[in-house]
Amino acid sequence: MSLTSLVGITLVVLSVVLLIGLFLLKDRVKASFRSIPAFTNFTKSIGTAVEQGTRVHFSLGSADVSRERTAASFVGLSALRQIAELAAASDKPPVTTSGDAVLAVLSQDNLQTAYHAAGMDEHYQADTGRVTGLTPFSYAAGTLSMIADEDVSSSFLAGGFGAEIGLLTEAIERQDTFTLAAADSLPAQALVYASAKEPLIGEELFATGAYLETGRAHMVSLYVQDALRWIIVLVLLGGAAMKLLAGLV
Amino acid sequence: MKRYLSPAIAIGVGLLVLLGYFFDNGSLAAVRINFVQWAVLLSAGSILVGVLNLLLVHTNKVIAKGKDRFYSFLLLAALLLTLTFGFLYKPSDPVMVNIFNAVILPVETSLMAVMAITLIYAAIRLLRRRADLMTFIFLATAVFVMIGAAPWPFFQIPLVADLFRPKIINILSTSGARGILIGVGLGTLLTSLRVLMGIDRPYGGK
Repeated sequence: MSLTSLVGITLVVLSVVLLIGLFLLKDRVKASFRSIPAFTNFTKSIGTAVEQGTRVHFSLGSADVSRERTAASFVGLSALRQIAELAAASDKPPVTTSGDAVLAVLSQDNLQTAYHAAGMDEHYQADTGRVTGLTPFSYAAGTLSMIADEDVSSSFLAGGFGAEIGLLTEAIERQDTFTLAAADSLPAQALVYASAKEPLIGEELFATGAYLETGRAHMVSLYVQDALRWIIVLVLLGGAAMKLLAGLV
Repeated sequence: MKRYLSPAIAIGVGLLVLLGYFFDNGSLAAVRINFVQWAVLLSAGSILVGVLNLLLVHTNKVIAKGKDRFYSFLLLAALLLTLTFGFLYKPSDPVMVNIFNAVILPVETSLMAVMAITLIYAAIRLLRRRADLMTFIFLATAVFVMIGAAPWPFFQIPLVADLFRPKIINILSTSGARGILIGVGLGTLLTSLRVLMGIDRPYGGK
């Protein structure tokens, strides 16, 4: 086994141990995260959408689910499952747009599960989980018309995006609707920072589940993420100090 | 039954693929490659589902006589035409290559160009929407780096192009990017573990 594999497997095992350990501690682990107003505002916008009978839009990106960027898409799907259950009662059902066919099928599955959980199976419509294009920019072009036409009042963009996210956030801003946008790639994050009402930067995307109160496991997962970050910070500082000492000796 | 079967399959296959990455010389590696190839095949097959979904949504728009039904009609016509050509000719045939080079490529390039303008507009609006220190640093850095990279006709601005811009890109920007990527990497790891442990079920089901 190579050194990289060994480090990788150690990190995975450590994460699993921490996840299970913190999960078993139950109520002794309380949520005490810094405030991210984007999530509070997003929850408010969902309430407003349900009250006004307008639509909530989920954009899951165009990253191919069978590649490395799957995790960002899964965060979007997890939030979709949670929010769709809350918004199921709205006059206009939530709609999802994807740039990948597998992602669209998964979004339909999650929407159906959410409607079932809300006891509103008969309200579910398969065409609310849509593919709007199969290349990044055709996906953006297809989604732009959807945003303009379908009375959307709140948009949640989370997943594997590239530069095309700039077109989406800008179009949503022009409609003067609420936008919470997050992406896994650096260029997309820069674009989101400049153009979205509520941008999420870096690992904030992966904190979505914890902040939307999806479940205890998400809160514990965020604690583990923080713990691992501190370990990496210490390793980096230790490495730098050792290199400095080696240079002095 | 389905409630337990899908997570059991997802967790089992996920674990085998993960172990195959770490133990890359034995039979686990072969199992991983097989599973990944199956996933790619399924993914390719699902494109057909995606196209059918697109067809269904836009057909409904045309039938319902929606506001932009003309565009939906145009999309359906283009889709069916390209599909017919695709069946008649091979993907490498000049006709298919021309369809790509003369239609899809220019349209996507134009969207990229539109985005450049959009960005300038967004940057100006950013000052109005979120006028704080971070916004100022963000915009000032962007302008500074662009001035340093711009091809000035007769001279280069002293210090900007040869000293400050490389320092910003190679030191400040790279270290910041690494920090963000470490955070994204950890988030990816934990999200994947949640799926592997059956806590998150992106494949639907309770």
